[in-house]
Amino acid sequence: MKEKNIRRRLIKDRLFLILIGVLSLTALIPLIFILGYIFRNGIRVINWDFLTQLPQPVGEETAGGIVHALVGTIIIIGLSFFLAVPFGIGTGVYLSENRNTRFSVIVRLCVDLLMGVPSIVVGIIAYAWIVRFQGFSALAGSIALSILMIPMVVRGTEETLNLIPPSYKEASLALGVPYYRTMLKVIIPSGFGGITTGVLLALARIAGETAPLLFTALGSNFLNVNIFKPMHTLPLLIYDYATSPYKEWHHIAWGASFVLVIFVLVLNIISRLVIKKWKIQF
Amino acid sequence: MIQDKIFNKTLLIIATLFLLLILGIFITLIIFSLPSWQEFGLSFLWQTEWNPVRNEFGALPFIVGTLLTSFIALFLCAPFSLSLSFFLGEYCKKGVFFQTLKGGIELLAGIPSIIYGFWGFFVLVPQIRRFQLYLIDLRMRTETGSIQEKLLEALEIVPYGVGILAAALILSIMIIPFAASLGQEVISMVPQDLKEAAYSLGATRFEVIKKVIFPHARSGILAGIFLALGRALGETMAVTMVIGNRNILTWNILNPANTMASLIANEFPEASDPIHLASIIQVGLWLFIVTFIINLCGKLIIHKMNYKE
Amino acid sequence: MRKIVILFLSIFILVQSTKAYGTELIGAGATFPYPFLSQVFNIYHRETGTRVNYQAIGSGGGVNQIINRTVDFAGTDAYLTETQLQQAEKNVLHIPIILGAVVVSYNLPENPQLNLTGEILADIYLGNITRWDDDRIKELNPDQSLPALPILAAYRSDGSGTTFIFSDYLCKVSSEWEKEVGKGTSLRWQTGLGGRGNPGVAGLLTEIPGTIGYLERNYANQSNLPVASLKNKAGHFVAPTTHSISQAAEVDLPPHNRVSITNSEAKEAYPICGFTWIIVYEEQKYGRRTPERAQTLAQLLEWLIKHAQEYAVSLDYSPLPPSARENALNLIYSMTYDGKTLIEGTPNHNP
Repeated sequence: MKEKNIRRRLIKDRLFLILIGVLSLTALIPLIFILGYIFRNGIRVINWDFLTQLPQPVGEETAGGIVHALVGTIIIIGLSFFLAVPFGIGTGVYLSENRNTRFSVIVRLCVDLLMGVPSIVVGIIAYAWIVRFQGFSALAGSIALSILMIPMVVRGTEETLNLIPPSYKEASLALGVPYYRTMLKVIIPSGFGGITTGVLLALARIAGETAPLLFTALGSNFLNVNIFKPMHTLPLLIYDYATSPYKEWHHIAWGASFVLVIFVLVLNIISRLVIKKWKIQF
Repeated sequence: MIQDKIFNKTLLIIATLFLLLILGIFITLIIFSLPSWQEFGLSFLWQTEWNPVRNEFGALPFIVGTLLTSFIALFLCAPFSLSLSFFLGEYCKKGVFFQTLKGGIELLAGIPSIIYGFWGFFVLVPQIRRFQLYLIDLRMRTETGSIQEKLLEALEIVPYGVGILAAALILSIMIIPFAASLGQEVISMVPQDLKEAAYSLGATRFEVIKKVIFPHARSGILAGIFLALGRALGETMAVTMVIGNRNILTWNILNPANTMASLIANEFPEASDPIHLASIIQVGLWLFIVTFIINLCGKLIIHKMNYKE
Repeated sequence: MRKIVILFLSIFILVQSTKAYGTELIGAGATFPYPFLSQVFNIYHRETGTRVNYQAIGSGGGVNQIINRTVDFAGTDAYLTETQLQQAEKNVLHIPIILGAVVVSYNLPENPQLNLTGEILADIYLGNITRWDDDRIKELNPDQSLPALPILAAYRSDGSGTTFIFSDYLCKVSSEWEKEVGKGTSLRWQTGLGGRGNPGVAGLLTEIPGTIGYLERNYANQSNLPVASLKNKAGHFVAPTTHSISQAAEVDLPPHNRVSITNSEAKEAYPICGFTWIIVYEEQKYGRRTPERAQTLAQLLEWLIKHAQEYAVSLDYSPLPPSARENALNLIYSMTYDGKTLIEGTPNHNP
């Protein structure tokens, strides 16, 4: 009787593992396909010139490169990062520290609200607030992207901090560490992995956004590092080139997609190194 | 302590600023959509006609399209993303395999949605069309008068391939990485001692997952899924490539339709008539509100679940 | 670490912001002329050192930018409506830059060369003609075997100048179309499927047998899609070629050039053609504009008409015929800064 019961439990356990494995693998298949699709089409056009040259008109002998979009992406993403991360983590910490006050409930609802706003609407907002007065600029694009980023960072921070056992905080406070030092030196570092994942997902998402940039950063076919002027990014370039009639431009679009994926990969690797160095091990 | 006060004040100010940001967005949207409010009032919500030439605008077809695609996508993605998060968060927590898999998933979150759109259009849509042709073929062969025949008849299949189903599929593929990687993160953060206590009582892994990990991480997992839903609701480029962009109300998931976000992306750049522009922005405003309501429902569900414990 | 980065960034911003705003003209608008304009502006940059940044955000977007005065010039395939002219407040010029055409393509077994008329197109898109073996299509194509396939009408789901030109033509040839649908960049379609952008429509065309769709000519050419010959106003069936499209503008043009040239009366003209315009303010002194900037803009426009037309053909665009060039130059020479003419010139143009 008892043995039967144990066997049944073990079988259940095994079945669950199989189910999880099969479902996980099925989920991965289309994802692998898409990645493969980009790699196959993208890798052909990648070379040194592609990464360091400006684009050439259709019909010229050399296809030219995407250096302006690469530089623009790095600047715009970097700027959004600096705009969104302090804001996002601050709000996240506030929410996890004040869970049930009326104010935090409202703020939390707002976070959810902002999360579902389509990126093009955020673009419209940034256009209305900035571009109409200051003209097109990379800064306006960064602001639009950081608005998209903030709710994801807040959510990631809050969820992670909520899972940290209260005993950590209590232990730290009991040792006489002031509250703000406890938060900055114990709680936030403990949640560093989760927070970084949130930030990273947010960065990865905005790295691929076209719609909010169309009416803010506008784009430029020249290399430009002045953040008060229009600037190109990889998704804008992909969008322009992928929808153009010309084969040469389609190839560039695939190459740029490949570079974008690699860009996200590099972000990923950097963040892993950062986590390794900073995360407190228990 | 003075530092503590400063710290708390800073947090409060940041949170307040955040609130102001949302308020600002909301007010901007209302101001920009004012002409359309004056023209149509609330009937904008249930009118089904969208005619930019005659300046008649109603948002119902897009609201239905958005809800259908998002929820189907959510149901399709939930089992897969859950499995992935359990697999990565509990079964395979370390090692090269884990790193590759997790890195790969995060990579996918960064692929521009237009590429998902192209992939969906050239790979997924022909498969769906094949399936529709098969259904039509089936209808030809089933006996007349049988239940299956009536069922197939009711579906009114036209083999377009593009449509709500295609959009939901591509969306679910897009949001799996989001839901899975947040789920994995919260699952791996369930305290080790809780799990060990359960194991030491002789629980199997399945039982630990079911009785310890899932209840503990539930709110985080659900939050991940709702986060993913947020992306699904606001997704434009990928959806617009595969949904067929037909601005006519439909409930049939095999039919072409349109979503709110896709409509905005399609018509905003070219819209020049003030009332057309205002109507598009009003659709944006309603998308804002629909998202709000859905999130509220999600909150209630999570709350109910925690309450039952 | 972070402090250093922030410091570095703020220094960077400061240094950048102190730099003077160089001569870089900004234009935005229609997607259609984007490949052409990006090519010729690249050449212009090499020849003169002036940077011209044109970005494709859509005709309507471009017009809104000129109304909001955020750009130096806008590109558009649809001329400004009365409402837009009022919104712009000051007088704007429609300077024709290039000619474009919308072609009708289809996916049929063996891709026969079809002849079609505007009335038939209107009826297909209205849902009145639903099958390829319809008698009216057969009548026009007696030598072709037309399959018994249902017709699927593909259209642009995104607002576009292409749709505007196409529907403008259908309004001229079909009163039912004008009554039921009308013309515009976005329409209330009666039947069919929407594809986003040219690639979306081309995708539907290649993927679904029995599809008919309209596209920009250079897109159809580059993708090797079959195109129909259309019956023009003079009664000839004309295929879209560089010549037949340029011919469409060989009519009496009003000096302001705010005119549709679909269903052109010219004998050899392809019927669904349109100008792409660059929109600028006649009086260039507004906001914080300097006279140099206005001067640069006028010179660029003159160069576009006088020296850039030759680049059009290799990209499947059609250059302006001489009469339209003269028209364009007249408009450019009427641009002023603070009441003073920017470029003195006579439009007599000898290529």
